[in-house]
Amino acid sequence: MNHPSTFAGCAEGDQDWYELFSRGARDWLRHNEKVRQAVRDKLPEVLAGADILGGERARTVKVPVRFLEHFRFRLRDPDEMTGAGQGDVKPGDKLARPGQQPGEEGQGEGGNDEGGVQLVLELKIDDIVDWLWEELKLPNLQAKHGAMQDDDYTREGWSRRGVRSRLDRRRSMKESLKRRAVDPQGPAFVDDDLRFRQLVHRRQPATQAVVFFAMDVSSSMRDRDRQLAKTFFFWVVEGLRRQYTRLELVFVAHTIKAWEFPQEEFFQVRGSGGTVASTAFGLVRDIVAQRYDPARYNIYLFYASDGENFRDDHGPAEAALGELAAVASFVGYVETPASAEQALQTETAGIFRSVTTDCPGGSFALTTNESVWDAIRAFFREQVAAGGG
Amino acid sequence: MAAAIEKYGHQLEALARAQGLDYYPVQFEEVPDSFMMEVAVYGLPVRMPHWSFGVRYIYQLIQHRMGHSRLFEVVFPGNPGRAYLARGNSLPENTLVVAHVLGHADFSKHNELFRRSQQQGGYRIVDQAASHARQIAAAIEEHGQERVERVLDAALALEAYIDVFRGLHRERYPEYLESRTTDDDTFRQRFHQLPGDERPMPGHEPRQRAAVPPHPERDLLWFIAQYAPELEGWERDIFLAVREESCYFYPVFACQIMNEGWASYWHARLLREADFLPQHEYLDAIKTHSDVVRPHAADRQASLAINPYHLGFCMWEHIIDNHGLGQAMRIRSQDDDFSFIRNHLTEELAEELKLFRFRAARDGAVEVVDRDINALRDAILAPRYNFGAPAVSVQTLERDGTLRLVHEHASDGRGLDLARATKVLEYLHRVWRRPVTLDTVDAQGGSRRVEFPAAA
Repeated sequence: MNHPSTFAGCAEGDQDWYELFSRGARDWLRHNEKVRQAVRDKLPEVLAGADILGGERARTVKVPVRFLEHFRFRLRDPDEMTGAGQGDVKPGDKLARPGQQPGEEGQGEGGNDEGGVQLVLELKIDDIVDWLWEELKLPNLQAKHGAMQDDDYTREGWSRRGVRSRLDRRRSMKESLKRRAVDPQGPAFVDDDLRFRQLVHRRQPATQAVVFFAMDVSSSMRDRDRQLAKTFFFWVVEGLRRQYTRLELVFVAHTIKAWEFPQEEFFQVRGSGGTVASTAFGLVRDIVAQRYDPARYNIYLFYASDGENFRDDHGPAEAALGELAAVASFVGYVETPASAEQALQTETAGIFRSVTTDCPGGSFALTTNESVWDAIRAFFREQVAAGGG
Repeated sequence: MAAAIEKYGHQLEALARAQGLDYYPVQFEEVPDSFMMEVAVYGLPVRMPHWSFGVRYIYQLIQHRMGHSRLFEVVFPGNPGRAYLARGNSLPENTLVVAHVLGHADFSKHNELFRRSQQQGGYRIVDQAASHARQIAAAIEEHGQERVERVLDAALALEAYIDVFRGLHRERYPEYLESRTTDDDTFRQRFHQLPGDERPMPGHEPRQRAAVPPHPERDLLWFIAQYAPELEGWERDIFLAVREESCYFYPVFACQIMNEGWASYWHARLLREADFLPQHEYLDAIKTHSDVVRPHAADRQASLAINPYHLGFCMWEHIIDNHGLGQAMRIRSQDDDFSFIRNHLTEELAEELKLFRFRAARDGAVEVVDRDINALRDAILAPRYNFGAPAVSVQTLERDGTLRLVHEHASDGRGLDLARATKVLEYLHRVWRRPVTLDTVDAQGGSRRVEFPAAA
């Protein structure tokens, strides 16, 4: 016997209700998470081109990415394909092809044809730094005399009681939903739903450190060299600031003279004229003498240059750097050589080599944007023994 | 709204039954547009989660926002059948849609492919897909997102690889070859009676292990579920869940032209005879009808694609005009698109519809080739075999567990895209857990083996 069919309507508010449970949105978010993961796995290459230095300091980096493809078996693209069409034509007629191949959607080799959709991932610089610096550390960091305990509060878990400012609304909402799922008639919120963030008091050994960033800004430094050096410094600064709450940073730039700069100006500075590296090392040495007692501070120096130094400056530069190295925990040198073959064959590289034979240090050549990260990785890990480099 | 369409709906049903349509009752339900959009993406109202659906969803969302696609209804066969109507539909649109759905419901109750798939699947694919989704959600809880995703990456990539003719529930291959020695041979019987020539004790005969697979196996989802060396139970369940959904999708895919044509024919006919409809509602509904069955080439000189609704609709009209409704009903029961096009797309109809065959070169030049009916039928059907996927099957299962696949490049006309094939093998390797190889041909036609992991 035939039962009649049934008809059910849908109410005005159902749309909103439904969208809360959107499966499409859920799977789309998962896709984006995977893209993020993929980007994260090869962050140095992805970030290489990103403009981080220009203009005011944005806290995000925008990276264009492609949609992930779920791969299937597919025939190779044919040299020629046949198909069936419909219309007022006769054999031999030539037709204009509308946009894309019939039967195939815009899936192709083309550069940015995601059907006109471009996915731009916005990455927080803080997140990038977290990912990249996870296992990176200041080398040879030691607790120094006079260091105190650091008091630090960290978030850890949730509690049912707390002050209003720590109310976790998202978490509380979840509890409320859970309860109302069982008891739909219940009130929107009861005290039991509320969740507060807990802070836990942690004591950490304090480590005092000062990091000097010195850069050659003489006219021999080409734009690309400056860009590489500054990119290197940028990520080092971001990483160190995030990793160590109590850290002093000093920025020095030099041509035939050296100046100390605040951070913002350091990244914008341009100079002209010759190169006398001893001025920078001398200035750093003086600042240390005035402000940072080596008995209380771990001292670090990172110096960037194209490696060309004034011939007559060899003696003074070596002497000043030698004095610094004697008290420093680490001296690092990044070079932006004219070509990869000449890397670390220069005057300045020679000075660093001779000085760092008996003090922890290292040299690295920046040739490409990717090598910035290799340099960071090379410097900021546990150095095995003194005198590496 | 619901009340109005319910009244028309029951009147349309009475009309349909009187015309000879026969179907399981349908549960019609109005749903939000976002629901419709998701059904279009997932193919089922509630389906397992996978990131690749997210990508399709975004494309669909964009198309929808740009007003390119509008979905009036989706229908799922079963007993009862389910039909979802977009909430944005007007009353005349819904009237047409209900009539259209009744056509589909008749088709899926009687068509052989649909019938067999539903008999095996149990007439309730919507509920089953929802329970697969729950099963996978539970697996994610237990084994973690990454591991479940690894299995789904592989299973969904092989979605097209089933063998519907061997059925949903399939036994493993026999383990041993059948014993050849039989006792009906009197000479043998007497020979064995001679002293010193006793037959070996029964049960001690050396039995020969059968090769696995005994023939190239197209049902990759089944084969992996059955024979993967270290597949865990829950992983096997996921493969079988994907396979079950593929078995459901097959008739929908393989009867698209017939099924859409049949539903369009019936909505047109029922509307024509629905004298209870006010004049303006009838006209609005007929306007919607002509939008649906409009040839893609309508406002252009020619189109490089054929609207399946239009083609199917015209073919059914032609058949019923020339051979009567009884014959048409037999055809809708017995055929699929392949036999339908081969047997019933006649030369004169193709000419009337101005169908042609074209050739498109890589540089974008398109040339009209001919109107040869046989070549035309091939061109229409070529992308419809086996979900349109390349013919890949299992060739050998090696003793060390290596899985050897083969691509039948001769029937496909060219080799596989090697980079994508390697990626698929990589997915596959993560569940097979032994080496996987695939033979195909390269651009020059030379044989080419893709493997994962890459040979040392």
